[in-house]
Amino acid sequence: MNFITIDKKDWTTGIDKSRETYQVFGPVQDENGCQIKPLAPDVHPLMDAGVTVMSPKSVLFPQTQKMLTATLDASIEDHHVMKPVKKDDTPRVVLGIRPYDARAILLVKLNFDNPDYQDPYWCEAYAATTFVGLGVNHPGPCDFSTSTGCGPFSEEGLDVLMADLDDRYLAKILTEKGETWAGACGFDTRADAAESQSLFDILRKEAEKNITSVDTDQLSEKSILDLYEAPFWDDVAFSCINCGTCTFVCPTCWCFDIQDETKHKTAVRFRNWDTCMSPLFTHHASGHNPRGSKVQRVRQRFMHKLKYFVDKYDQGIMCVGCGRCVASCPVNIDIREVCTIMNNYESK
Amino acid sequence: MDTCIEKIRTICADLLAKGKVQKVIGFAEGSIPMASRPIAVTSKEDVAKLVFNATCGLNLANYVSDVLPKEGKIAVTAKGCDSRNLVTHMVENQVSRDQLYIIGVPCTGMVDKRKIAALFEDEITDFIEDGDTLTIVSPQKKEKVSKKDVLRHNCRVCTHRNPVVFDVMAAEPVEEQSLDQPFADVDHIAAMDPAARWAHFQELTKNCIRCYACRNACPLCYCPTCFVDESSPQWVGKGQDKTDINTFHFLRAFHCAGRCTDCGACVEACPMGINVRDFTRKLNKDALELFGWEAGLDMEKRPPLDVYSPDDPNDFIK
Repeated sequence: MNFITIDKKDWTTGIDKSRETYQVFGPVQDENGCQIKPLAPDVHPLMDAGVTVMSPKSVLFPQTQKMLTATLDASIEDHHVMKPVKKDDTPRVVLGIRPYDARAILLVKLNFDNPDYQDPYWCEAYAATTFVGLGVNHPGPCDFSTSTGCGPFSEEGLDVLMADLDDRYLAKILTEKGETWAGACGFDTRADAAESQSLFDILRKEAEKNITSVDTDQLSEKSILDLYEAPFWDDVAFSCINCGTCTFVCPTCWCFDIQDETKHKTAVRFRNWDTCMSPLFTHHASGHNPRGSKVQRVRQRFMHKLKYFVDKYDQGIMCVGCGRCVASCPVNIDIREVCTIMNNYESK
Repeated sequence: MDTCIEKIRTICADLLAKGKVQKVIGFAEGSIPMASRPIAVTSKEDVAKLVFNATCGLNLANYVSDVLPKEGKIAVTAKGCDSRNLVTHMVENQVSRDQLYIIGVPCTGMVDKRKIAALFEDEITDFIEDGDTLTIVSPQKKEKVSKKDVLRHNCRVCTHRNPVVFDVMAAEPVEEQSLDQPFADVDHIAAMDPAARWAHFQELTKNCIRCYACRNACPLCYCPTCFVDESSPQWVGKGQDKTDINTFHFLRAFHCAGRCTDCGACVEACPMGINVRDFTRKLNKDALELFGWEAGLDMEKRPPLDVYSPDDPNDFIK
């Protein structure tokens, strides 16, 4: 595995150079907090930013995404025929993505790119994107990523993993895409592999010391129906106000809703993030709603993440431990507590 | 304020033990620093879970109608604003006075969690409240601040800190604030020229993700189906189109006209830090100036927007 060292003095020059090849995404700060956004040509990523409020899933899966369009102008030959919109498949790089967010992209991939279905919008964006991660030296109080199959220096899903060493970044090139990105930036100062790896290991161990852990080992053994009918859901759901915050900030929530809209002579079909917290999510055309009550919707969210997904994919829980839902939930519903309750539940 | 918690617990334990109420709605300690969470307590053993501190910024009136028993009462702890929303609920026939046992909690304000977070470059790991002194800790530093300096804006301009209706008080009333310019924020926006004002509101909602936390945290928003969730007909687009986002915010605000108590739960709940009170505050000011009305103060009076009055200040209605 190749390691390179990047002097922070050379960082912005390198990033600017890479703009000839890549559309650059990275963390930026505004008055509403920190977000991963496409960077304007004169803007550089805020690499030492805290956890972004929203996850980077929108780079591949925008909250609102045009899919098809048609003209309603009857004088045009193929009017009313839906056609794919032009997709942006130019190379892009996401800088400063956290390792758990990279794992989240692989979990989302299970839905959008699998033997049965390949979502062209997501797949093409994924193919075009290079993920340059930054290890988390100081995990915050909501981070429990070591319990979810990743951690502050996990490499899964990344093309490059960097470590912040004050005056320089040490970068581990993990894929060919990563190698190409480093080349496009002109970052080519090789570092000793064994020495670099041991530096990574030290940082990782130090960071992992402060992370809270959650047990998930019993979830796959539990019976779905026992958990579904367990008596604790009323208490879990009591404080929930049924907003969509937890699902929208979540890097692994992938549900969407498709809508058609027309304006003048143009029709557009697009998709929006949807949320299982909304009654409309399951509202049938008949008027019946199988998840008509708040407690049913709260149960669904946790059962999907911590049980149905576990059973279906055998890849652990559908959560990477980023803690965004914990930090942003207006009523402090903490998935770590719910996971513990489910993991320890014994039916009577 | 934290000293009243023992009294709250004693009152609640007594109410539950004697079967006077079926449950108590209050706040419990959160799982992360600066967090608290609404809780329903049903046994006297669990009253120790109740807390009351400067992070209890949500409005508990929002929880009352969902858990009303067919018979008997529930108790609810109520700050000044919560109590005003309970009055609004009663005026709007969402709950009747005899279904509630109101434990009044005089309030000296809730903290602005974003303002506190902004004092730190890293994440806050501990938050200790001792009277007016807050000790806030992160891996990098420990900061002592006065609660007065980090109050939420709605608490800084609050003139109803004491509950307006209660069965029992958990502490002596606190002194009410008097303000020279209660609506300076509204006046500031109103003084802008129309283009700047429009730009202000466009900027305000630009990060809205339509999670509807503002709506759902609001005790006024109890419609069985909100207009934005109607699908037949669909009144408003579901995407991130600016017009649709604005439509939601504008209509939500108008639905609160003459009803909003400026409790700040909407801003507290917003994950994106949007000061949605910029919309409702203007309507509160109008309600006060045109109708002499502040919501939730009087159970006997009808709100200005659901009553006809011969001396209405508007010409169109005469």
